Amino acid sequence: MQSTGTGTTRGLGLLAIVALAWVVVGGLVATPRDVVQGESVRIMYVHVPTAWVAYLAFVVTAVASAGFLRGRSRSLGFDRVAGASAEVGVLFMGLTLVTGSLWGRLTWGEFWQWDPRLTTTAFLFVTYVGYLAVRGLDGAPEQRARRAAVVALLAVLEIPLVHFSVVLWRSLHQRASVLDPGGDVRMDGLMLFTLFVGVVAFTALYAWLVLHRSRVAALAELAGRGELARAVAARRAEAGA
Amino acid sequence: MSAAAPVALAVMDDAGFVIGSYAVTAVALLALVVATLRRARRLAPLVRDEDKPWT
Amino acid sequence: MSGRATGRAGLVRAVASRDLRAEARGRVVTNQIVPFAGLVMVTFAFALDREDVLSRAAGGLLWLATTFSLFVLVQRAFALETADRALDALRVAGVDLGRVYLGKSIALMVQLFALECVLVPVAVVLYRVRLDAPGAVLLVTCMVSATAGLAFVGTLYGGLTVGGAGRETLLPLLVLPVVAPVLIAATRATESALRSGGAAVSEGWAWVGLLAVFAAAFGIAGTLAFGPLVDE
Repeated sequence: MQSTGTGTTRGLGLLAIVALAWVVVGGLVATPRDVVQGESVRIMYVHVPTAWVAYLAFVVTAVASAGFLRGRSRSLGFDRVAGASAEVGVLFMGLTLVTGSLWGRLTWGEFWQWDPRLTTTAFLFVTYVGYLAVRGLDGAPEQRARRAAVVALLAVLEIPLVHFSVVLWRSLHQRASVLDPGGDVRMDGLMLFTLFVGVVAFTALYAWLVLHRSRVAALAELAGRGELARAVAARRAEAGA
Repeated sequence: MSAAAPVALAVMDDAGFVIGSYAVTAVALLALVVATLRRARRLAPLVRDEDKPWT
Repeated sequence: MSGRATGRAGLVRAVASRDLRAEARGRVVTNQIVPFAGLVMVTFAFALDREDVLSRAAGGLLWLATTFSLFVLVQRAFALETADRALDALRVAGVDLGRVYLGKSIALMVQLFALECVLVPVAVVLYRVRLDAPGAVLLVTCMVSATAGLAFVGTLYGGLTVGGAGRETLLPLLVLPVVAPVLIAATRATESALRSGGAAVSEGWAWVGLLAVFAAAFGIAGTLAFGPLVDE
């Protein structure tokens, strides 16, 4: 009896585990502290990859939603991927905000800054949450999928507009020393390598999660249909007997 | 001694935040992985293998 | 609906006038929503306490009160639909839902603009701000374009969130992130118009430009998306 694992997911899982192990060892121990930022740069090895994955997840949800709407057969597979990607994405987005906030506390002494990147990230997070709430509304599967897909594509329109407005807004509040949230990090070879490994690790983990979760969603749907068919057959048997 | 203590404290704070970040990330992701696998194990027996598109 | 609803504009006009006539009969905006918005403006004074802070924040408070009122107005606009199942009837008849969307948006715009016309004098009085001629022109233009954007977004998501258990509460969650650019831009433009904090009127016009772009973008997106979004 097969669960949701296949060769692909096992490969991804293995890659993720190995790469994550490197990130932990490299990030916490092997890499040096930064000249400017000190130890807080270590958070970047986790923060940057989670941010990257969160944005990737958002793009995947949007593309899968578009794929669902354009496909003639309206295959629900696209919808399941869109949903799985958003679920995983919202978690990564939350982690991005938390790790970024901790980094900010260490670097600037503040948990939060009203700068465009952070503010847009917070908006992206709330938008994800809204999208998942829409997915939870009642209705027939095709109808729910279409609704969610439209909302996802509207979000693609909304996020750049929000970001642009916030950029303009914050440009009114120029300060003498503009602190870039990314920090002016001159990373040496080992640090950069650890960062890239982190990106690979978290992307592999993301892919693993999305594959498993969309398959779980397929199982739930199939199981539900199977249950329905069995119930109908049982009724018929009763009526016949 | 009095100069070293605040410095040591500063390093402690930094380390606390750094390890905290890694810990939060690890716990959250592990929780999602475990929850996903458990749900998969629960649902898989309910569906015939032939019906699963990835087998 | 009255006869002659032929041609492209006919349906839009018919839907808009139907909604507005329902308001003229029911007077929900004048009797309930305007007082609510006024109350919100007063409550801000309790929360912010200092008069200089209130004067500087007047623009933002005005648009916050307007946005909160938007949620109530949208619920109202779609309550009409579920009450007499008109939307379902239109859908079944194969009518272009994009035009229904435009009609409802226009009706919402009119009501929202009327509300703002009441709130501006309230702000001038309560928050002790001044309005001169150039500022007034800027403010009116800002109101028109911001209201269009708010109405387009509200009507779009309103269609999605009306009628059902646990749906209405979804409206603010979906709408607020989307209208954030309107809040940012309208507040800055209004501050310029009211000369709060020394902002020049010319800066305000740049923000009005952003409002116009937003309204156009969501007017088009809404017309395309409303049908697929609410289709059962």
